[in-house]
Amino acid sequence: MSASSIFFYFVSAFILAMGLLAVTSKKIFRSAIWLLFCLVGIAGLFFWMQLQFLAAVQIVVYAGGIVVLIIFSIFLTQKAGTDLPKPATRRIIFSILATLLGFALTYTIIARHPFSARDTGPLNARVNEIGSQMLGTGRDGYALPFEVVSILLLAAMIGCIVIAMKTPAINLPGREKKGEPEKLETNSMTV
Amino acid sequence: MSQIPISHILFVSTALFFIGMYGFFTRRNMITMLMSVELILNSVNINFVAFNKYLFPQKMEGLFFALFIITIAAAEAAVAIAIIINLYRSHRSVDIEDADEMKY
Amino acid sequence: MNNYEYSIYIPLLPLLSFLIIGLFGKKFPGRLAGILGTLVLLAVTLFSMYVAYEYFFVNGKQGGIYQHLVPYKFNWLAFSPGLSIDMGITLDAISAMMLVVVSLVSLMVHVFSLDYMKGEPRFSVYYSFLSLFTFSMLGLVVASNIFQIYIFWELVGISSYLLIGFYYEKPSAVAAAKKAFIVTRFADLGFLIGILMLAFYAGSLDFETIMKVLRDGSSPQSIAITSASFLGFSALTWALVLVFAGGAGKSAMFPLHIWLPDAMEGPTPVSALIHAATMVVAGVYLVARLFPLFSFNNAALEVVTFIGTLSALLAAFIACTQTDIKRVLAYSTMSQIGYMMFALGVSGYGGEHGLGYTASLFHLFTHAFFKSLLFLCAGAVIHFVHSNDMKDMGRLAKWMPLTHLCFLIACLSIAGVPPFSGFFSKEEILSAAYEHHKFVYVVGVLTAGLTSFYMFRLYFSVFWNKPDKVYDHHAHTGWMMKFALVFLAGFTGVSGFVPFSTFISSDGVPFATANKWMQSLLPVALAITGIATAYFLYFRESSTPEKIAQSFGGIYRTIYRKFYIDELYLFVTRKIIFNGFGRPAAWIDKHVVDGAMNGVAKLTARFSNLIKGFQSGQLQTYVMYFFAGVAGLTLLIIYLWK
Repeated sequence: MSASSIFFYFVSAFILAMGLLAVTSKKIFRSAIWLLFCLVGIAGLFFWMQLQFLAAVQIVVYAGGIVVLIIFSIFLTQKAGTDLPKPATRRIIFSILATLLGFALTYTIIARHPFSARDTGPLNARVNEIGSQMLGTGRDGYALPFEVVSILLLAAMIGCIVIAMKTPAINLPGREKKGEPEKLETNSMTV
Repeated sequence: MSQIPISHILFVSTALFFIGMYGFFTRRNMITMLMSVELILNSVNINFVAFNKYLFPQKMEGLFFALFIITIAAAEAAVAIAIIINLYRSHRSVDIEDADEMKY
Repeated sequence: MNNYEYSIYIPLLPLLSFLIIGLFGKKFPGRLAGILGTLVLLAVTLFSMYVAYEYFFVNGKQGGIYQHLVPYKFNWLAFSPGLSIDMGITLDAISAMMLVVVSLVSLMVHVFSLDYMKGEPRFSVYYSFLSLFTFSMLGLVVASNIFQIYIFWELVGISSYLLIGFYYEKPSAVAAAKKAFIVTRFADLGFLIGILMLAFYAGSLDFETIMKVLRDGSSPQSIAITSASFLGFSALTWALVLVFAGGAGKSAMFPLHIWLPDAMEGPTPVSALIHAATMVVAGVYLVARLFPLFSFNNAALEVVTFIGTLSALLAAFIACTQTDIKRVLAYSTMSQIGYMMFALGVSGYGGEHGLGYTASLFHLFTHAFFKSLLFLCAGAVIHFVHSNDMKDMGRLAKWMPLTHLCFLIACLSIAGVPPFSGFFSKEEILSAAYEHHKFVYVVGVLTAGLTSFYMFRLYFSVFWNKPDKVYDHHAHTGWMMKFALVFLAGFTGVSGFVPFSTFISSDGVPFATANKWMQSLLPVALAITGIATAYFLYFRESSTPEKIAQSFGGIYRTIYRKFYIDELYLFVTRKIIFNGFGRPAAWIDKHVVDGAMNGVAKLTARFSNLIKGFQSGQLQTYVMYFFAGVAGLTLLIIYLWK
């Protein structure tokens, strides 16, 4: 039992525990925090696998970006202090059953498979390697997916703005007699 | 590292996947459902890098896949939040069971 | 045989006129529709008379026997190689005679209606229906195939329905039209079964073939039809009686006569044409057409005789009590047709024995003229007085002299007073009855007495009776009406002198009728007694008729209410048919048939309700099903797919 094995088992247990807490917690804010810890744990796993760049990206994007976004949206949509409603017991039982069954099925298949390594050797995941491959146009180059993803990000940005935009209020005609003109708040964009 | 067989890492990722799935089935709040989806995506990430590290250490495809997944997951989370906010404005609630207009 | 090609125009011209007047008549100005119809019918009459002339006087006879000619025949609907419905034209003695009768009377009615129906908003519709009727009746009399006669039979029924219900705003007219159609249609069920039986045994629908095959005692078909029996009567008897049932319906014989008095709701010229002279004699014509078969089977002839006699007597009794002019004439028609029927019933076949046959058709011939004359005079009277009831009339001899004269001639004819036509034809019938069936003779003579009584009761009540009646608001009788009346009166006068038996006899062989003067004394004496009785009771206003009626009390009431036959029919229909069959059938239709359909629909709805939960709109449920599907497929592929 070397130190790295112990570390691995510890991080795995941490990840799974945080994940479980995230999906079963009754308070939504705590759920978000458990998620944060889970993601940080996954970053730790990446560190253990000596993929430092990936771990850094994980922390920056996921933990620093997405979870923050989630927390903002929690604040925007409801009181964070109230408890979440408990789902129906039938639903919980069915879900547990489905989950356990699915897990059993998948893991038996995985466990039986002899994953044989083609070649051995350490994974060289240095940042300059990653960088040159990312923008490379040769055989292992990822320039095209890189550009596509950037367009995707642009589209997502514009889409979010459009979807979440509040259009200005429209005055309905013929209703001025009521004193205050009725304002209609529309959420969908009329292009 | 070499002492941990790949199946252990795959155990972790599978468990995380099904935990995320459980959360998705069970949670009523749309934001918590989104969180469960993030868990699922992360489990897939672990899978990719594990295979890359143990089976194909010469290449880095798994790593790049994982990078792109993170990016796309971020974009998707943003759009999902925008939709949830929009839905919140019309339904005044983020309970998934209140958004049932597509029923019979 | 070969130059009768123009005979096809006789039924086709009225059909053409029906189509033209029916489709375009609304746009015709004034009375053009009527004039067109009348001109077409004039052409038809001329054609008919020419055919009759050619047939009877030029080349109808071969070897002294009148032939059965078929100038046209085409195969319309073939069921099997031997059995087919052919449409064709048959010319023999009775069809040639009927052509003349039908077209002449129809022509007179057309002319009369030009004035009678003037100002009627649906004038052109009326004439189109008249043309349709004429076409149907002419087609009926020249039919060469028993199914063809059935087709035209129904066509005539439709025309009658349309014309009786002509004033469709009157509910009584609508009800009368329905009644006529339903009763005759019900009778035609028997007719159809009879046709099918005859066709089955004879193997053909053609009149000639049927009669040849079934009359020949040794042919296998004939043996088959006479040996097959049901309830003790042979199949031939059943077939003939059923066919006669159809004829009885159309000819208003007891007990299917209930529609004829109600049919008087139609316009009076229609009553003259259809319900006096032509359509109602279709039954007699049918029996005459199938007479060789009837004469072969005594049971059927007995039925014909019995029904004919009963109808004649019954109608005569009822006519003595009615006060509506047209109803009296309707019952008188029923009575005279009863005469024609029993004359056929008592007849033998061949030569002198076939006197009944000849007499019946002779009476048909003369009756057509004097009955239509009676109806048209009644029409003129009704037109003048604006009422149908005898109580509103009187002293019309002073006000309508021409009509009075024509009516008197017709009454004398129907009463059987010489030298008018009715005397001759009635004499022949009575002598035929005397030869073969004494009881029928007695009833016939008694009925003749009653006939003259009620006809002259009508005559005196309408034209005399009230010495100082004045008509302030009367209508003017047009000259076309007068022309038709005079023409028919002329025919009534001379048609008795036609030597009928040299033209028409049961087997085509002409024979001479002997004049039995001594035998005629009794009926003529009775006729004159009837006239005298009517004179004493009705010439002046008196209360004697009412006193007599009251002294008969219940009997009088029963006869006045037409022996309660209508009430009996209504009882049977309402209580038995409607309640016994109609209501259960409706219940089954509503609850079982519809219920089954509704049940299927409800079942589908319930099932759909059960499974519509799948589309709950709940995202998580969908995801669960999705996962279940994926897991299932995985298991399937991994473990079961080899």
